[in-house]
Amino acid sequence: MRDEPPIVVVGAGPAGVSAARTLVGAGHRPILVDEGMFPGGQVFRRPPSPLQQSDEKLYGFDARRARRLHDEFAALLPSIVYHAETMVWAVESNLLHLARGDKTTCQPWKRLILATGAMDRIVPTNGWTAPGVVTLGAAQIALKAQASIIGKSVIFLGSGPLLYLVAYQYARAGARVVAVLEAGRPFQRFSDLPALASGGATFARGVFYIAWLKAHGVPIKTGIEPLEILHGSDGRTNGLRYRRKGQGRETILSCDALAIGYGLKSETQLADLLGVDFHFDPQQRQWLPTTDLDGRSCVDGVYLAGDGVSIRGNQIAAIAGELAALALLSDMNGSEAPQAGSLRREISRARRFRRALDSVFAFPTDQLKTLPDEALICRCEGLTAGAVRDVVGLSGESDINRVKAFSRLGMGRCQGRVCGPAAAELIAAAASTDILHVGRLRGQAPLKPIALATLAGGRDEGI
Amino acid sequence: MVDGRRFSAHQGETVLTALNTEFGHIRDFEFRDEKRAGFCYMGACQDCWLWTDSGERIRACSSLVKDGMCLSTDALGLGR
Amino acid sequence: MKVFDLAIIGGGLAGCSTALHARKKGASVILLERGRCGGQASGVNYGGVRQQGRHPAELPLARRSRGIWGNLYALVGCDCEFIATGHLKLARNDGDMVDLVAHQAIAADHGITIELFDRADLRRRFPYIGDRFYGASLCAEDGQANPRLAAPAFARAARQLGAQVQEECPVEHAVLSPFGFEIHVTGQDTPIRAHRLVNTAGAWGANVAGWFGDSVREEVMAPNMCVTEPIAPLIGPNLGICGGGIYIRQASGHGSIIFGSGVGTADRDALRARPLAAVTMDAAKAAIDMVPALANVLVVRSWTGIEGRMSDNLPVVGPSPTVPNLYHAFGFSGHGFQLGPAVGAVLAELAIDGGSPTCLAGLSMTRFAGVPDPAATSPPANKVQPKGKGNDTDEK
Repeated sequence: MRDEPPIVVVGAGPAGVSAARTLVGAGHRPILVDEGMFPGGQVFRRPPSPLQQSDEKLYGFDARRARRLHDEFAALLPSIVYHAETMVWAVESNLLHLARGDKTTCQPWKRLILATGAMDRIVPTNGWTAPGVVTLGAAQIALKAQASIIGKSVIFLGSGPLLYLVAYQYARAGARVVAVLEAGRPFQRFSDLPALASGGATFARGVFYIAWLKAHGVPIKTGIEPLEILHGSDGRTNGLRYRRKGQGRETILSCDALAIGYGLKSETQLADLLGVDFHFDPQQRQWLPTTDLDGRSCVDGVYLAGDGVSIRGNQIAAIAGELAALALLSDMNGSEAPQAGSLRREISRARRFRRALDSVFAFPTDQLKTLPDEALICRCEGLTAGAVRDVVGLSGESDINRVKAFSRLGMGRCQGRVCGPAAAELIAAAASTDILHVGRLRGQAPLKPIALATLAGGRDEGI
Repeated sequence: MVDGRRFSAHQGETVLTALNTEFGHIRDFEFRDEKRAGFCYMGACQDCWLWTDSGERIRACSSLVKDGMCLSTDALGLGR
Repeated sequence: MKVFDLAIIGGGLAGCSTALHARKKGASVILLERGRCGGQASGVNYGGVRQQGRHPAELPLARRSRGIWGNLYALVGCDCEFIATGHLKLARNDGDMVDLVAHQAIAADHGITIELFDRADLRRRFPYIGDRFYGASLCAEDGQANPRLAAPAFARAARQLGAQVQEECPVEHAVLSPFGFEIHVTGQDTPIRAHRLVNTAGAWGANVAGWFGDSVREEVMAPNMCVTEPIAPLIGPNLGICGGGIYIRQASGHGSIIFGSGVGTADRDALRARPLAAVTMDAAKAAIDMVPALANVLVVRSWTGIEGRMSDNLPVVGPSPTVPNLYHAFGFSGHGFQLGPAVGAVLAELAIDGGSPTCLAGLSMTRFAGVPDPAATSPPANKVQPKGKGNDTDEK
């Protein structure tokens, strides 16, 4: 086994761990590379030991699954090579370039499973860069991994199931949830109900969170258009001005922190650098790596699983991780695993529910039409919506990479991770063109910022 | 210490949590007169990079506070 | 049937500048660009605007171009972020200092002022530079510009003056017919016709030249570059080094550091170029060696572009040796950005006026073996021979 070409799994969330487990089960010793301090990904993120809490407190209804993942991982550890806090900063054919701390190393690979996960999808609101304004994911991480809350009275703004979950978690943790402000109108169409109900326990939980919040006097408002995130003289956020869509009357709510999230956005830079094909998914309204149902990409030896290939949640991610690993094994051995069929069916079954969620919590593209010119769109470069609109207007360009070249949009430290989806909508609106023609920002190495000294020296075989 | 100001933290806290708890922000933004305090807390938005006083870089959301840690929002005068 | 006075293949900086200058002379102009203007090497280069260190054959063009760079706003309505930060070329040893002194004299002949610094001067004036260097020469009027803006600005200005700038318009083939040049564009039934043709097709220039029997070898290169996060003002002049290698500048205004050395991979046919991690790592090392304070600055992006390179690292600029009314300018070998504006001005003069005051000696295609030289009056040994030295590719 020692001389066999290495199989590398990138990402130790539900998909990556599940893939690693499947590979170990088939007698392999995969290399698992993860940026986190601990396995679990964002969803089952674990606090450093001094801040440890019970799984029930950390993960609520998901406690069992979280515990299973962590137990599974502990059992797996002797059979894999695990690199925590390790970033893939570049990739070339059959070579991953890794960085950990201030050291870099090269990791050869023959087969690769990408389980790179997702981050919050953001729609900027004027004032969104004020201290105290964070992503929904950040609000949850503060709670889960740091046993702290982002504020004492918090507004939750955005769209999607996570909004209600995090608001519920904050209320349980003793924060005052000022309001949950939903961009969509998820409870408006009864016709969506059957598809939503197909989500079973996941749907039931969502209903529970909403009912709980309502029962505890938390205002839940839908069809909201945020107008401005307000801040005090110290610069910190202290409120939100908003209105109901299509209505003139504006409301101001006070808070000391605000969490934003409009669903999730796949982290796809690594797949992009590897040359994987992408397609625009009209339901999720984002560019996603193209794979078959098992997670095979067009690039030989490259497989994808989890939210990094399509936003489907942690349960499907775990199934997809297993399926991708089985696909990899079957491509190696030429024989298909018997369980692959039932895993595929499980993924297909979940599709109806996901589609319903995607349509109920659709990305509020209108907000990019009405975003005031002075609002920042690119938080790294301090670029305003007006500046981007000017570039579109003056140059006549609607290709996001051309607009980037002219305006510095997405050229900062995050390389368009945060602003990308909203910027594409903004450009499409400004150019009166279809989002498809706007295209997508290209991934470029390094995948995340890396100091010159790290690149220059300290090549370490010991990572 | 950050920029000469003392801050305290619990064991297991990230630099981001500790600084936000103490000061409500972590750094000045380069291109406008505004403070930044991190955004995604998961190493994606890259809005919380700081310097140690010996010149190395840390991303506040993914670095645990260490005893006696000395940080700067502008080490060597290079931060802008 | 419309016959243009001038057709241009290739919408890089040289091509767009040709369009603008020819239009200013009143010629009817069509420019055909396969992708977007400035989408290849012109738009993704390092952004150095440097006269210093160039081969003498390039200096007349470089000198003329510097004049245009300084007046961009008047010419194209945008300064393209040009700023005369200066260019500082560092000597690694005493031999390099000798070369710098020699180059100072050559540059002076072309009206370019270069100031020399010994080791102590260098330390005093530029304390942020690593201490292993023996001295340097500074050309204060050299500088930098934003390459992403330059070619599109020239294209826009040309368009405003009435030039037809056609993007997403790949040329499949061009021939010389009894009625002038016929240019066949993908997806168009009738060819575009023009009395004169300018070939500014960059890394694909030799291919276009080959259609007319002007056969010359052009390699590709993909300069490997990186950019950092913004930092406070640190580096004044753009930095280069004798013998080539690392080059560094700080984007004025924005504050990011742009540096590069070495080459990535390029696939000319697939229009695909990529930086290489190992090259990026070596460049980071060389950058810290040159400016130690960069050690802990964060690199946020690396990139490269597809550039044509001639065997002697000098571009081909001038009339076709064989076909009347055909003009070439390609193969800039990694240092064409600064030259681009003047190349366009000169090509327009050659094509429309029949001659240019700017000397192109040494840049003609005839310098290569196998290319006929109808005007040759002297044996090949007397032609300007590139020296190799002092012609580093520090602009890409």
